[in-house]
Amino acid sequence: MVTKVSEAIKSLLKVNNLSVSFDTAEGSFDAVNAVNFDLKKGETLAIIGESGSGKSVTASVIMGILTCPPGRIKSGEVLLNDLDILKLSDSERRKLMGSKVAIIFQDTLSHLNPVFSVGSQIAECFDVHKNLSKKESWNRAVKLLERVRIPNPSKRAKDFPHQFSGGQRQRVMIAMALALEPDIIIADEPTTALDVTIQAKILELLGELRDERNMGLILITHDLAIAAEISDKVIVLNKGKIVEKGITRDVFINPNHDYTRQLMDSIPGKIKKQKKKISKKFSDPILEIKNISKFYDTIACDNVSFNLFPNEVLGIVGESGSGKTTISNLILRLASPSNGEILYHGKNVLNFNKKDLFNFRRKVQVVFQDPYASLNPTMNIYDIISEPWVIHSDFLDKKSYKSNVSDLLTSVGLHPDDAIKFPHQFSGGQRQRIAIARALALNPEIIICDEAVSALDVSIQAQIIKLLLNLRNKFSLSYIFIAHDLPVVKDLADRVIVMKSGKIIEQGLVNDVFNFPKDKYTKDLLKASPSIENLII
Amino acid sequence: MKQYLSKRIFSSILAITGLFVMVFFLARLTGDPGHLYLPIDAPLEVRKEFSEKHGFNDPIYIQFGKFLGDLTDGNLGYSLRKERPAIDIVLEAIPVTLSLAAVAMSIALLGAIIIGSLAAYRPNGIFDRISRVVSLTAASAPDFWIAITAILIFSVSLGWLPTSGIGGVPYWIMPIGILVIRPLGLLVQVVRGSMITALSSDFVKTARAKGVKENVVIFKHALRNGLLPVITVAGDQAAAIANGAVIVETIFGWPGIGKLMIDSIMQRDFAVVQASILITAIVILSINIIIDIAYAILDPRIRHK
Repeated sequence: MVTKVSEAIKSLLKVNNLSVSFDTAEGSFDAVNAVNFDLKKGETLAIIGESGSGKSVTASVIMGILTCPPGRIKSGEVLLNDLDILKLSDSERRKLMGSKVAIIFQDTLSHLNPVFSVGSQIAECFDVHKNLSKKESWNRAVKLLERVRIPNPSKRAKDFPHQFSGGQRQRVMIAMALALEPDIIIADEPTTALDVTIQAKILELLGELRDERNMGLILITHDLAIAAEISDKVIVLNKGKIVEKGITRDVFINPNHDYTRQLMDSIPGKIKKQKKKISKKFSDPILEIKNISKFYDTIACDNVSFNLFPNEVLGIVGESGSGKTTISNLILRLASPSNGEILYHGKNVLNFNKKDLFNFRRKVQVVFQDPYASLNPTMNIYDIISEPWVIHSDFLDKKSYKSNVSDLLTSVGLHPDDAIKFPHQFSGGQRQRIAIARALALNPEIIICDEAVSALDVSIQAQIIKLLLNLRNKFSLSYIFIAHDLPVVKDLADRVIVMKSGKIIEQGLVNDVFNFPKDKYTKDLLKASPSIENLII
Repeated sequence: MKQYLSKRIFSSILAITGLFVMVFFLARLTGDPGHLYLPIDAPLEVRKEFSEKHGFNDPIYIQFGKFLGDLTDGNLGYSLRKERPAIDIVLEAIPVTLSLAAVAMSIALLGAIIIGSLAAYRPNGIFDRISRVVSLTAASAPDFWIAITAILIFSVSLGWLPTSGIGGVPYWIMPIGILVIRPLGLLVQVVRGSMITALSSDFVKTARAKGVKENVVIFKHALRNGLLPVITVAGDQAAAIANGAVIVETIFGWPGIGKLMIDSIMQRDFAVVQASILITAIVILSINIIIDIAYAILDPRIRHK
C-alpha cells in the first residue's frame, strides 16, 4: 500500500513551526508546540497521539475552524500550495476550505446537521463554491453518494443523517469531503466509533479514493494499528510536541522515542497471562443463562445460553446490534427477557420478589462505557462511592463510610484525598477508576463491564485492564466483559462468546477462539481487526 | 406522524369537554344572576319569574342537560345582557384579539431571533451584554404601568397617538408595542441560550469546514436547530395573549376576548362566559397542535418517530 513518491514533487501542505496555546482560567497552556510536517500528492501521513496530544487542534488550524478564543495561534505557518493560509482574510480562506482541503470528522451523528437531508448537505459544497443550478448540485451529490457506495443513492439523498447507520454516515461524510475534489483530505479519527468490519471497509475506501485522485491524506488517529495499515509516514505527538517522525515501517519496527515504545507496548493483545488452572468444570456456576430471548421490534437476543463461573472473566464480543448490551440489561434486570431463565446460584432471578431482587442487585454491579456520562457531575467522589451504602443501608454503618471510601480509592489507584473532588476534575481514565470503585462498594460477586475501556486512550486502557485483573484476584470477582475490540478481550478474558444478530456464533476458551476460530464470522472479525504485525511480517 | 396528530386532536377534544363541564358548574357557584340583572328593590315575584324564565330554578343537572342539548344544536345560549346569541358576541371579539396576538408575536419572534442570534454569536461580547440587560428589563416590565405612561406621553402630552379605540395604524402602535415587550425580552433570552448551544455544535464546524459563510452558518445551520425550544416558548406566549390580553384590551378599549370575558364574568352572563371559554380553549389547543406540526417540520427526527 506504500505509494512511491518522487522527491521532485512539491509539497501540497507544509506546516512550519506551528504553535497553538489555549487560554484557560488556570492560565495558558501549549496545545501544539513547534510542529513541523509536510504532505505530498498521493501520500498518507498519520498523526498519532492520545487525547490532549494536540492532533485535532492541528487539524482545526489547517481547516480554519479553531475556536479563538480560547485558542490562540502563537506562531508558525501553514502553507497550502506555498500560500500561507494563516495570513489570509476570513473570506479568502473560506474559498479554500472544502475546495482545496476538506475534513472528515469522527462522530458523524453530531457532525452532520440533523435537520437537513444528506443530499442537500453535500450539494451545499457546490452552492458555496461553484455557481451551479440547484438541480445540477443535487445530481452531483447523488453521484458522490453512489461513488462512496451508498445503495440506492437517488432515493437515499433525500434521507436525513439519523436514518443512516454509522458506517453509512461516515461514507456520507467522505462524499461531502470529496465533493470539490480537494488536494488534501484530513480524516480525524474517521473510524473510531465504528465496528471493526465497517472500519476495514471505510479505510479501504479512503485508500482507494486517495489513489484514484492522487490526493494527500492526513489520518489522525489514536490507533497505532490503523496508522500501520494505511499510512506512508507518521508523526507521533505527545503533549503538543512531535516526539517521533519517519517512514511508518521504520517507526513501528524500530521506535526511537520512549513514548512511542510505551504506546506500542500498550497495544492490547500482548499481555501475557499466567496460565490459570481451569477447574471450571468442577465448580458450580454463579450465573446460568438458559435459552433467553428478548424481542423488541426486532429480535435483540435469540435463545442465548451460557454460564459464568466464580472468579472467571467471560468476554462477550460482537459488533453493534449483536445483542451484547441487551444481555447485560437482562442480567442486571433492567429489562425482562421475553422467555428463558436466569439462574443465580441455582435460583431463578426472574421469580425473585422485591427483597430477593434488592439483594441480587447488590451482588451484580456494572461499569459503563462513558465515564463522562456515568458519574453525576454535581456529586463529589465521596458521595458517588458511598451512595450504594445509602441505598443498601444495612450494608455498612455510617461511621465507616469515610474509611471505606479511602480504602476503595486506594485499591483503584487513586488517593484518599480525591474523595472531596468532583468528576470534572479527573481525566477519563481516572473517572473510570472511580466508576470501578463505586461498583466494588457493595462487595459484588459479578461486575459487568459494558465497553468499559473503549472510550479510553490505549495506554490508559492497558492500565485499567491491569487494574481489573488485580481486583479480580483481590476480591475474587467474576467479570462479564462486553467489548467490540477483540484484542482487549484477548488480554482480559478466560472464555469468550462471539455474538452476531442476537445469537451466539461461537464460544470457548480465549486462546482457542482467537487462534483457531471455527466460524466464518469470527474469522472475518479477526481478519478485519487491524494489527501492527501485518506490517512487520 | 398522522397517527400522532389524530391522537393529539382527540385528546384536545377530551380536554375541551372536561374544561367545559368544569366551567359550567363553577360559573354557577358565583351566585344568582338575578341579583345583578334586576333592580335592588325588585319584588320577589319578578325575581321568581326571571329565574323561571331562564331556567335558573331547575336542579343543576337539568340545567346541564339542557345546556348539552342546546350545544349539540350549535347553540351556546343567549346573552342575558345583550340579548343576542352568545356565540355571535364571542365570534366578534375573537378576531380582534387574534390579530393583536398574531402581529405582536410575529414582531417579538422576528426581533428575538435576530437579536438573540447575534448575541449568541459572541457570548459576553458587547452586543450580548447590552441585549442581556435590555431583554431582562423587558421580560420583567410591568405592562399596565408602561401602558398608562405611554398614553400619558404619546397621547396626552405629545398628542401623536389616539388614547384608545380601534381603527387604522395609529391605533395599533401602542397596544402592539406593549404586548411585544414581555415576549420579546423572554424570547431573546431563549434564542440566545439555544443558539449558543447550536453554534457550538459539531455540525457548525462541518459547515465552516465546507467554507460556508458565517451568516449562513448562523441563520441556516444553527438557527434551524436552535428554533425548537424557541417555538415552545413562543407558542406559550401566543396562547397567553390569545387567552385575552386583558390589561392591554381594557386600557386601550379594544373589544377583544379578554375584555369580553372580564365583563361577562362581572355581569354573571353565563352563556357568554361559557362561549368565550370554549372558543379560547379551541384557539389555545389549536396553537399547541400548530406547535407540534412546526416541530415536525423543523426536525425530521420528530417527523419519523
